[in-house]
Amino acid sequence: MARYVLRRVLLALPALFGLVLLTFVLTRVIPGDPAAALAGDSATPAQIAEIRVKYGLDRPILEQALVHIRQVLTGDFGRSIFSGRPVTEEIAQRLPATLELTFAALFLATVIGIPLGLVAALNHNGPVDQLVRLLSVGGLAIASFWLALMLQLVFAMDLDILPLRGRVDVDLGLPPTVTGLATIDSLLAGRFDQFRDAIWHLVLPAVTLCLPGLASIARFTRSGMLEALQKDFVLYARAAGYGSFRLYTIYVLRNAVTATVTQIGLLFGALISGAVAVEAIYDWPGLGTYAVQAIVTADYKALLAVTLVVGVVYAVVNVLVDLAQALIDPRVAEDVR
Amino acid sequence: MIALKRLLRDRVASFGLALVLFAVLVALFAPWLAPYPEDAFESHILQRLRPPSAEFPFGTDNLGRDILSRVILGTRSALVVAVAVVGASLAIGVPVGLVAGWRDGWLSDLLMRVTDVFLAVPQLILALALGQLLAPGLTTAMLALALTYWPFFARTVYAETRRLRGALFVDALAGIGASTPRILLLHVLPNAAPAILIRATIGMGFTILTAALLGFLGVGAAPPDPDWGLAVAEARQHLPEAWWFPTFPGLAILLLVLGFNLLGDGLRDIADPRLRRSRH
Amino acid sequence: MMGATLARPLLSVENLAVHIRTDAGPARILDDVTLAVPKGGSLGVVGESGCGKSTLLRAILGILPGGATVPKGAVLFEGRDILADRGASARGRIGFIPQDPYLSLNPVFRAGDQILEVMRRHAPGSRRDHKEKLVELFRAVQLPDPGGALAKYPHQFSGGQRQRLLIAAALSCEPSLVVADEPTTALDVTTQREILAVLRQLIAERGLSLLFVTHDFGVLATVCDQVAVLYSGRVAETGPTRAVLDAPLHPYARMLLACHPDRATDLLGIPGTVPAATAQPPGCRFHPRCPQIHSGCPIEVPPMLPVGEARAVACPWHGEAARG
Repeated sequence: MARYVLRRVLLALPALFGLVLLTFVLTRVIPGDPAAALAGDSATPAQIAEIRVKYGLDRPILEQALVHIRQVLTGDFGRSIFSGRPVTEEIAQRLPATLELTFAALFLATVIGIPLGLVAALNHNGPVDQLVRLLSVGGLAIASFWLALMLQLVFAMDLDILPLRGRVDVDLGLPPTVTGLATIDSLLAGRFDQFRDAIWHLVLPAVTLCLPGLASIARFTRSGMLEALQKDFVLYARAAGYGSFRLYTIYVLRNAVTATVTQIGLLFGALISGAVAVEAIYDWPGLGTYAVQAIVTADYKALLAVTLVVGVVYAVVNVLVDLAQALIDPRVAEDVR
Repeated sequence: MIALKRLLRDRVASFGLALVLFAVLVALFAPWLAPYPEDAFESHILQRLRPPSAEFPFGTDNLGRDILSRVILGTRSALVVAVAVVGASLAIGVPVGLVAGWRDGWLSDLLMRVTDVFLAVPQLILALALGQLLAPGLTTAMLALALTYWPFFARTVYAETRRLRGALFVDALAGIGASTPRILLLHVLPNAAPAILIRATIGMGFTILTAALLGFLGVGAAPPDPDWGLAVAEARQHLPEAWWFPTFPGLAILLLVLGFNLLGDGLRDIADPRLRRSRH
Repeated sequence: MMGATLARPLLSVENLAVHIRTDAGPARILDDVTLAVPKGGSLGVVGESGCGKSTLLRAILGILPGGATVPKGAVLFEGRDILADRGASARGRIGFIPQDPYLSLNPVFRAGDQILEVMRRHAPGSRRDHKEKLVELFRAVQLPDPGGALAKYPHQFSGGQRQRLLIAAALSCEPSLVVADEPTTALDVTTQREILAVLRQLIAERGLSLLFVTHDFGVLATVCDQVAVLYSGRVAETGPTRAVLDAPLHPYARMLLACHPDRATDLLGIPGTVPAATAQPPGCRFHPRCPQIHSGCPIEVPPMLPVGEARAVACPWHGEAARG
């Protein structure tokens, strides 16, 4: 098992290295003259030349690439061109907010999606199955930014039962940082008012963000169940006298969710992308709003760092998914030998 | 033909097909269907933010333009963007997948590693970054979308090619001296077509969704183009008063994407008969 | 009919018919099947694939597929009709050994846990008792390292070992009847012999009854004292195994035996195939393939005719067939 995990980690490294190179190409080579882009439209040639020297853009491209790689490896992304603060610091501050949001969405998607898929499969081609199918296809068809706006319109503006935007109430503030997740930190601090507030603020963004994930988890669980139900061991278990509730919820479901777990890993990337839109609308102080701000202000250092951090998170999640696969199905870890 | 018959027997998938066909017709005849086709560019400040009425069934927007007309006119650009992006993604992804899947070796490894790298990049952020770096606009957005979507086709075609290269008929063809490009293009590709078609159908829906998001974030279509995502963004400042303003363009996105997704879902059911068999 | 049955049978299938809904109309998979397994006795059901063997098993085990209906007949086990409650009252009392040891265990759970779950529901005692008993059974089926086997996953056993596991599973709830579905077809010949020997021994030691389904007369002869030949959802012939193997009465049984390489003088196949269950011929279902067809065969369904003390055959012309 340990060897299997190590192997998965090593496999993730080339992709990350490629990502570092790709970000370099994107930020330094494609724009034509990054110095001019940095300086803005109204800059004089002298100002552009100054910026070029300041950021080392006058160096040979290979040297720039090596410097870039060294900086990335040491976690030094320089200072934000927009705020002047170290990019690493700014990201460390915002990453927990995004993680809290995506984990909440993933949690919702899983605890609703898996039972939905299960029920649909047991009702194969019946009315419940068709309904779940429509829901799961529809969930992937809704534009998250539009859904966010509609939910705001109904629940925050019209009914006024949920907060419109933000992560916490200004008067209550954030609990002392331990994990960086407002829900957990407030509990650790024993501040139930802050906990309630954090959950309250989390509801709309998490619901918006979870929908596509919920849709694909339901769908993958459904097809995984349908496939698993065809297996001989189901028939055998029924003949041997398994109880049907246990048979479907535990015995068969565990086979069915291997595909779902892979899907959850892939989803995480989509969730982070989705978070950009959702954060922008709900004013969620996470990486998504940071990325949008970096793009609007042409802050290429910040953008580069966000892309890499998200890439690393994505890689870590996928290693975790491989690990979960191996725990669910003991054959997985042995296949690679 | 058999596939079409099966598809039409599936009520949910036929509904998807109907939605897509409807959208194509609307796009083709948009200038004739729209009650106020000139509202693509003209504004009428005096009649701004009118609620839905007989005169303006979907209401008017912040510049007094008929939202129904702009939703109809926006269908065209949504479909054009989707076709262009999926076409370009196919043009990159299919050859990569074919070459990488046909023979194992350093070239195959390299191509698939590159594909993995592109898959590891958060798609939206890459698209946003590109959109920003290359002057925001619809063309840039399309380029960015194609650059981030081709790996999905490469993966699909790679898997299909690997599956098919072991098939007996491929060995038989090689045995009678057919050249590799000939086998790939005339025999492997057509057999991989169902998988590609399903991927492309779902890709159409996905592209429309992402393009709308780019428009919404201000790096896609630019005003005054009648773009659905852009309209939702413009509507943000006028909530909660003008509920109709974001609602109808958003519904248009939903229905068109739903159409492609249901169609793709139905096609997948046909291609994967295992899941059609009823449970015992 | 079953002359050898002295006491009341442990399991009896009476006039059982099973139909399955299909797109092409109802398929009459089983049609008026009557069989009995006496207490402590063993019955082999033999026939080609498609003759209804599996459906018969599924009816007995209470796991008929979704579209199946039972228009007529009963399955009595220990005197109770177990069709009505889909076998629920017989769970644990009937041990089942499936056909394919590779596919019958769920790969993602420990093999031991899968058996223990069944014991939890159908055997008295604590989990600790169950574990002790299971290890004992593992020893009885000659599984290597019986104690360590509890913690292993199915893929860590060989095919023969898995079939031993499944025999242990079948015996785990102290059944009175064991139902086996061609339990050796997925295994190689040497392993087959060992498994059959283990099965025979355990059945004899514990005084269990056995219903054994197979297409292989050779295997049948070593395990069962009674045999029923099934053709296209009907019983063609029943009787003591030795007698039927030595002198089959039904033309189908004779031809089937002639196909068996161990005894065949030449490898004579049976022309034609088992008819589709949706398109059964009228009268005797074997008549289109029968070499001794008479004018009445396509019209009248032949009844089971007793022959001597212990045998019965569904062919009025069997005397001629035996002579000719």
